Amino acid sequence: MSVIELQSVYGGYGDTEILHGVSLKVDPGEIVVVIGPNGAGKSTAMKSVFGLLSLTKGQVLLDGEDITNTPPEKVVRKGVCYVPQTENIFPSLTVEENLEMGAYVREDDFKPRLNEIYELFPPLAEKRKQSAGTLSGGQRQMVAMGKALMLEPRILLLDEPTAGLSPKFRGEIFSIVKKINSIGTPILMVEQNAKQALSIADHGYVLVDGQNKFFGSGQDLLDDPEVAEMFLGGGKAVPEASV
Amino acid sequence: MADFINFYFIPGLLLGSIYALGAIGITMTFVILRFANFAHGESMTLGVYFAWSLVQITGWHPLVVMPIAMILTVLYALSIDRLFYKPLRNAPVVMLVVASFGLMLMTRSVIQFFWGVQLKSVLPGIQKPILVMDYLRISPKHMMIMASALVLMFAVHYLLTYTKIGKAMRAMSDSPELAKLTGIDTEKVVVATWVVGAALACAAGVFLAIDTHVETRMGFKLLLPMFAAAILGGVGRPYGALVGGLIIGLAEEISSYPFIGTEPLLNPGYKAGVAFAIMIGILIWRPSGLFKGKVF
Ligand SMILES: Nc1ncnc2c1ncn2[C@@H]1O[C@H](COP(=O)(O)OP(=O)(O)OP(=O)(O)O)[C@@H](O)[C@H]1O
Ligand SMILES: [Mg+2]
Repeated sequence: MSVIELQSVYGGYGDTEILHGVSLKVDPGEIVVVIGPNGAGKSTAMKSVFGLLSLTKGQVLLDGEDITNTPPEKVVRKGVCYVPQTENIFPSLTVEENLEMGAYVREDDFKPRLNEIYELFPPLAEKRKQSAGTLSGGQRQMVAMGKALMLEPRILLLDEPTAGLSPKFRGEIFSIVKKINSIGTPILMVEQNAKQALSIADHGYVLVDGQNKFFGSGQDLLDDPEVAEMFLGGGKAVPEASV
Repeated sequence: MADFINFYFIPGLLLGSIYALGAIGITMTFVILRFANFAHGESMTLGVYFAWSLVQITGWHPLVVMPIAMILTVLYALSIDRLFYKPLRNAPVVMLVVASFGLMLMTRSVIQFFWGVQLKSVLPGIQKPILVMDYLRISPKHMMIMASALVLMFAVHYLLTYTKIGKAMRAMSDSPELAKLTGIDTEKVVVATWVVGAALACAAGVFLAIDTHVETRMGFKLLLPMFAAAILGGVGRPYGALVGGLIIGLAEEISSYPFIGTEPLLNPGYKAGVAFAIMIGILIWRPSGLFKGKVF
């Protein structure tokens, strides 16, 4: 059974429909990447999982359970964690306070998890008492991901985690994503750096105008001439080793 | 110099602490509930009348009955939230502002109806200032007010830095949307905001009443300087409100010090204008305030 499955969902903001029947799924242990042009509805598709827009048709399933239109605070409690594209940290809180807020719904002791997160993101351990707003872009992204991971989520949703980062940080974030995944957390990720993202993906989706356009394994999409021309800038894919 | 400290600096600090405590509620409501709460001054007035009645009943010092008055004010604020603001939680902001305006008028009328409009006092009698180090004179009541204000400020600091709900309040004032996505119980934060705001408003009002007198428009008169303090500090920044309040209080008092010659720099009649001028200046030149608050 898929961890997350969108079954032909329709919905948008107010009266404007953005998603016209989007379907996608993430199976246990997978990294699934969604790419597509600006305004295609990638972020909107993510938000639909998280109950941030009301769907008019279709279903969202979490491990087979219908969670269509469940409000975000309940979705979190079900173990789905989401790192939005923008505004994904609390800038005036310290790094550690951000992580603590990530654990807000946990009732048990989160300290052991906190230490695991610091091991995963060593730069954060050094800056734990610094306010998150003063960090560099890459480190903020680490705070955002660390905060989401505090819950030991069943699935992690990442919306463009490498947007605006330098190539060095981009590579770092991608390797962390792989690492998180290898410890057992399935990941659904929207990315603009399509080549690098697809090269670590089990499956990829291309969304255009609120609809599925292409689907395949990460490698298949990288090899597909049409996809390559439209979304990968025509060049050759980044070898996996460099990620 | 002694004159400056005794008659300008200390009163400024006193007034500033009152503004500071009052402004915390304004600034937090502004960012967490998304509206400018015009009825905040009325919570303050009501708190003072609770304290006045408790003093009449018990005969105790106003600072002793103040905690009870604070609890009553909190209960008032929470019932108002339940009855008026909660149904409007997702309504356009302007409706909330208008609702708070209506509540301001209603609450004041209720106060006038039950307690009358004549001036009252919570602490009758005149107190002689005591002399510290020969030239510093400060009256015992002012010392008590300062000490209590300081205790409350530390309590707020403790709440915001060391408790889960306090951190959640700061998180939500950074970003209400992210707070929701993170699973923070935003309704609980809203309740905490009312509790803190109303309790501090009551305390600030009681301090003012001890210093001056009790009157039905006292909270309303503080509304402008409290908003000025909140905006100066940065909307949504509780520490900003504390600093902003102190600055506004000091600026108001010190503005009439005779810096040049023997005439006051600014006629004391224009004191209230100082807060207004600072507020306008900040809105024009640095709308995010001293502590990088929200800009609407
Ligand atoms: N909160 C909103 N209210 C109304 N319309 C919105 C909102 N957010 C996005 N849209 C619109 O929905 C469409 C899809 O936006 P979305 O953010 O999902 O695109 P995207 O694929 O994530 O693009 P990008 O690559 O730029 O992040 C766009 O036309 C956008 O203008
Ligand atoms: Mg997007």
